[in-house]
Order: sequence, then structure tokens, then C-alpha cells
Amino acid sequence: MRVNLTVNGRALHADDVWEGESLLYLLRERLGLPGSKNACEQGECGSCTVRLDGVPVCACLVAAGQAEGRDVVTVEGLAGRAGLPEGALTPVQQAFADAGAVQCGFCTPGLIVAADDLLRRDPDPSDADIREALAGNLCRCTGYEKILDAVRLAAARTGPGEDRP
Amino acid sequence: MDFLRPAGWPEALAAKARHPAAVPLAGGTDVMVEINFDHRRPEHLLDLGRVAELHTWETDGDHVRLGAAVPYAHVIDRLAAPLPGLALAARTVGSPQIRNRGSVGGNLGAASPAGDSHPALLAAGADVEAASVRGTRLIPVEEFYTGVKRNALAPDELIRAVRIRRATGPQQFAKVGTRNAMVIAVCSFALALHPHDRTVRTGVGSAAPTPVRARTAEDFLTAALAQDGLWETARPLPPSVVREFGQLAAGACRPIDDVRGTAAYRRHAVAVLARRTLGWAWDAYRAGEGREALCA
Repeated sequence: MRVNLTVNGRALHADDVWEGESLLYLLRERLGLPGSKNACEQGECGSCTVRLDGVPVCACLVAAGQAEGRDVVTVEGLAGRAGLPEGALTPVQQAFADAGAVQCGFCTPGLIVAADDLLRRDPDPSDADIREALAGNLCRCTGYEKILDAVRLAAARTGPGEDRP
Repeated sequence: MDFLRPAGWPEALAAKARHPAAVPLAGGTDVMVEINFDHRRPEHLLDLGRVAELHTWETDGDHVRLGAAVPYAHVIDRLAAPLPGLALAARTVGSPQIRNRGSVGGNLGAASPAGDSHPALLAAGADVEAASVRGTRLIPVEEFYTGVKRNALAPDELIRAVRIRRATGPQQFAKVGTRNAMVIAVCSFALALHPHDRTVRTGVGSAAPTPVRARTAEDFLTAALAQDGLWETARPLPPSVVREFGQLAAGACRPIDDVRGTAAYRRHAVAVLARRTLGWAWDAYRAGEGREALCA
């Protein structure tokens, strides 16, 4: 079947999509967007997190056909969606690099999308809020402390600053 | 495989009547796992994502009519006041990504004994609204679970909504697992105090082939509260009542040994969860929650 969807602001389509195929496969193998990672294929690891109509979801658990006509933002599109020029990093991406929150890097795209969503909803999250928001993203290098540092850093750089309660 | 994409509810029912073996697909958090792992190859997938009314809810007198595909995230954010037990249970489902997609209708369709919604629905009191081209029927939730991952739906039926009794008193839910997030229940327990009719209801998860009510425990506690006038006085519960309630709750279990825990552990843990949830709920009642619902 054919699937038409908007990905990172561009209207795209793919042909010969298998009916049981996931949105993750569609993105990676048919649309050339390998940023969303394929690991557990059961919604446990969060490596494939994308925004579907603005809501963070595991792309491995969305059928490709369910994305027909919908708006998808992947890690590749976060900077563009934030109005940043080609090649620029979002504050969350920059903070991950600066805080050393990247080891093997496999979990990073999913964590970036999840952390980006958190800071959109709550520019000044508590540590408990950060842990809760990232609870569905596994880092098998176990670099969680640096990841928490990165989210705090991004919040400090972009949040309301001195006025924070 | 065919991908059926009905644009509305009548088309969805017509498609299910034409293809009774079609697998309904909403959030995908169960069905897509089975497809990704080659455990299931249905001839037809029935995508309900476009059926708008499944994603809405309305308050209908004493009930909330919760559309089958309303995600857990909305239950938590928007329905915690009328459905506090279900909102607590929803908080323990998977991760934020899963709660953005998964729904109570999906939990009912899968009918896993470990599904997190079930104990809360049993404790609150709920009816499953099952629909087909033949019409609509209401199935009391305790009659909906018929076996391990089996439910009372006919092959041509789809779940339209769940009608859940609005809370009139405190409700609680607790679950045992290996961590706080992303965990399937080793066992779970829900409790609802219903001061408007001076009853107590419960639900036990993952400790029997189906989710069950601990009816003997409910009857015991309902009688104990009445006998001692505790609804009126809101005095502390006698420790012997709390203990007995826990033991009777454990007695409702028919658990198995599996990779997540032994049968003996599950019985023990259900007794603990029953005592704890009762303690929390009674504390809330003593603090005034639901006291106004008590009619003379």
C-alpha cells in the first residue's frame, strides 16, 4: 500500500509498504531517516521515540498505515522545527554533547526527543519530573547521571532562569 | 495482509462484521509487538485510529463513558477526579510513550490477567459497551474476562466504550513489580470505597487466570464497617479487620508460579497490597474525602 505523511515538515510518500510494517521501518528503511533507532521492537527501550501529531510515541508500535496523513517529527527534524539553520543543534542536543551524555550513542536520539518534549511542556522540571519523563528510554551504557545532567543543563540554558521558584 | 481503515464507527462495525477475524488496532502497544515478533499474522488489521468517537469521553449521570481508545495519558490528566482508581492504575502503565498510545479499550481487548486497568475497573464498577452491526450490549466488567487473554466479545463485536461508575469516595491501586516504570504486574490490587451505598469493592490483577474481585473480602469489610458504624464515625479501623481483609483478599487468588514470581509470593503480596490500599483509602475517608456522599 501507499502511505502519505508529513515528516519533519515535508510531505512524503512511500509505496509498497507492507500492511504489518511499523512506522519505524518506514522511516528508516523507506524514507532514509535512520536517526530513530531500532532496538527492542516492543516499546520497552524508547530508542525509536518520535513525535506523532506532536505526541511522543514509540515508532515501532505505530503501524505505518496509521501514520497516513499524520505529522511526524524525528530527531533529524527537531532543529528545523525549532527554526534553527541546517546543521545547528537544539539546546537539548547541545546540552547532551556538552554534558557528556553520549556514550555509544544508540539511545541518544530517543532520549533527545523525549527530553525535548519534557522541556516544551515544563521548562523547569524537577529531578523527579526528568526521571519520570525519561523512564521509557533505556541506556545500556547506563550513562543516566550524565543524561540527567544534560537535561538540567538544557533547562538552565533555556528556562525562565533567575525567576524560577 | 489487508489494512482496513474505517473513517467512522459504522464503517468499523461493518468491516468487523465482514471480517470477524480482523484484529482491531488502536494504540498498537500490544498488537504491534505481536506482529513485530511474528507471533501474529492476521489477514486483516482494523485500524481504529480514525474513529473519532473512540477517542472522546462524556459524563453520563453517575457514569463516565470512556471511549475505548482514549489514551492512558488523558485518563491521568483529565479524568483523575471522577475515576481516581483508574487514573492511579494508568500512572503505572509502561512509560510516557506507551501511555500516550495505550488505552483501556486495548487492555480489555487483550484481556491479559496482568492488565493494569482491570483491577481498577472491577473496584469502581464498570460495564463494557460492546457493539456490532447487530446492536449494542453492556457487559458487566466482572463477566467480561473469560480466561487467560480471553474475553466475552463475539467475533463481530468491537469495544465502543467503558461505562465506569464515578467515584463517590476514595479509591486506591497498588502494583508489585521490579521497578517503578515499564513493568508488568507481578500482582496488583485496587480498592474503592463507595460511601453512597456503604459498600467496598476490589479488584485483583495478575494473581488468577483472569482479573477477579475479592468478593469474600469485600463482603467482610462491608459488614464490618456497617456493624461498627464506621462510615458515620470514621474512626480508625480495628487492626484485626485490616488483617482479616488482607487474608481474605489473598484467598481470592488462584496464582501460578512463573518467571515474575511464585504463587506463594503473589498470595502474600496481595494480602499486603490489600492492607495498604485499605489503609490509604480509609485515611483519605477519615480526612473527609467522600464523607459528603454518605446519605442517612
